[in-house]
Amino acid sequence: MSAAPDHRPTFAAVSLSDRIGKAMPYLLIPLLVVVGFFAIGSSSSWLTLTVSGLAMGMMIFIMASGLTLVFGLMDVINFGHGAFISVGAFVGITVLLALSGWTGVPSLALNVAAVILAALAAMLATGVLGWAFERVIVRPVYGAHLKQILVTVGGLIVIEQLIHVFWGPDEIFLTRPETLKGAFTFWGAAIEKFRLLAVVFGLALFAAMLLVLKRTRIGLIVRAGVQNGEMVQALGYRLKLVFIGVFIAGSALAGLGGVMWGLYQEVITAGMGAEMMILVFIVVIIGGLGSVEGAFIGALMVGLLQNYIAFLEPKLALISNIGLMTAILMWRPQGMLPVVKAK
Amino acid sequence: MSDPILRLSGVHTDIAQYHILQGVDLDVPRGGVTMLLGRNGVGKTTTLRTIIGHWQARSGTIHFDGADITAMPTASRARAGIGFVPEDMGIFTDLTVEENMVLAAISGPLDRKRLDWIFTAFPPLRTFWKSEAGNLSGGQKQMLSIARAMAEERKLYLIDEPTKGLAPAIISTMARALRDLKAQGASILLVEQNFAVAKALGDTAAVMEDGRITWTGAMAELAADTALQDRLIGLSMEAS
Repeated sequence: MSAAPDHRPTFAAVSLSDRIGKAMPYLLIPLLVVVGFFAIGSSSSWLTLTVSGLAMGMMIFIMASGLTLVFGLMDVINFGHGAFISVGAFVGITVLLALSGWTGVPSLALNVAAVILAALAAMLATGVLGWAFERVIVRPVYGAHLKQILVTVGGLIVIEQLIHVFWGPDEIFLTRPETLKGAFTFWGAAIEKFRLLAVVFGLALFAAMLLVLKRTRIGLIVRAGVQNGEMVQALGYRLKLVFIGVFIAGSALAGLGGVMWGLYQEVITAGMGAEMMILVFIVVIIGGLGSVEGAFIGALMVGLLQNYIAFLEPKLALISNIGLMTAILMWRPQGMLPVVKAK
Repeated sequence: MSDPILRLSGVHTDIAQYHILQGVDLDVPRGGVTMLLGRNGVGKTTTLRTIIGHWQARSGTIHFDGADITAMPTASRARAGIGFVPEDMGIFTDLTVEENMVLAAISGPLDRKRLDWIFTAFPPLRTFWKSEAGNLSGGQKQMLSIARAMAEERKLYLIDEPTKGLAPAIISTMARALRDLKAQGASILLVEQNFAVAKALGDTAAVMEDGRITWTGAMAELAADTALQDRLIGLSMEAS
């Protein structure tokens, strides 16, 4: 074997502005929180709105994370993702209603067990639905964006109508399990218990996703596949299998998000997924297509901004997220944390 | 003479409406370096991409190590023992050098002895082991690209222009590493525009023109005949 070659290794120069620019998206959330504090003035209102915004952001992140990976891995635009949110909500809430004996008593253990069972049922149903959706609807249109949009929107409509067939045309109202109802007071602010639970759960899920993506081989394959799927295959990995796994996991997460969103709003409709898709797409786009961390930051920003603006200037709340997306894309046209894809 | 490790017979490949490979017949012998030479745009890269499966051959057959791999997916070809270093290097820039290498070891953890050999050939990879690959210089990325193919023993290495755009010091590093690989008995199909490197490394050569192999023979024969070089590939002006 040869001796070490004689040249001095150096890094390609990375300028200070590049380094700061890379970290900037992570700083936007604390920045937004601080700006919100001064704009709102009242610390108790600010705290209530912040927890509410973070909770909303976490739930949107749960729904968006699968979609961004699906797009990043296989370049698939899936408008049918909203159907998984609705189906998840209906399946989960049906289980919760069936377990009313557990949810109607003030027992934290029984309440949490019921919610966990509902979430698992929703994830199972939407995971299976996602698998079928990929095989029947998405697989024939790989590489054809226009067809993907058309057939996945068609899939969304069909599934929405099937929800009407199975659960009827009306919205379903529900109440949260006893111990998750109401709020507690902290620092003069009313904090809803469910919102706090959503924040904690969302953070735990994000941490778990990062752990899988950064510390496991399958995570490594997914991250590499988002960047350069062709090369991952040339190394010997069957990317289509990985993609199907991610599609199923992403569908299941959307279903989980649907259950949580149903509990948050205390009402579910067949069209709730399609409605949420506007926010989900905004999050995926401003986060950077294919980036889970970008989706996380984007979701929190969307949640926080919507809550702050709704308090400060209610009339602007509807356009706040479009405004945010416009501003982010003017600053970074590829989104905040874009994945560098192979050409 | 033993069976070739790779045999392409009448391979045609289309890219969109373009008919790029127009009946490629090529044998790559076991052991040693086969140079795939030719002017720009004659189909060298497409040949390598067709062998690894990124482009599907429209007709013709590809046999690797005795098995017909023409219809095999890319991943199965790689698992059968083909290592691929693409022209654009295919580095996962958001991953660290270590993660790039770990990913390349498909059958298990990285072999320590092999890794030491790679570090000896490419010392910067040890230095920047925990660093993001996107921050490496162009030469270092090329080292990583080749090192990744070397992470496990492969029966055949397809390497596309490993010295393209690199400084002379890095080119000699690359050449040394490829010579090491060759000394270990590896079979290499190498596309290379740098004729000095081709001359130093190649055992056999195949020259492409307009999507076909038009000349095959010993590299030494081609290297010694400037008129032949000029006629086949217009290389004599670049030769050093």
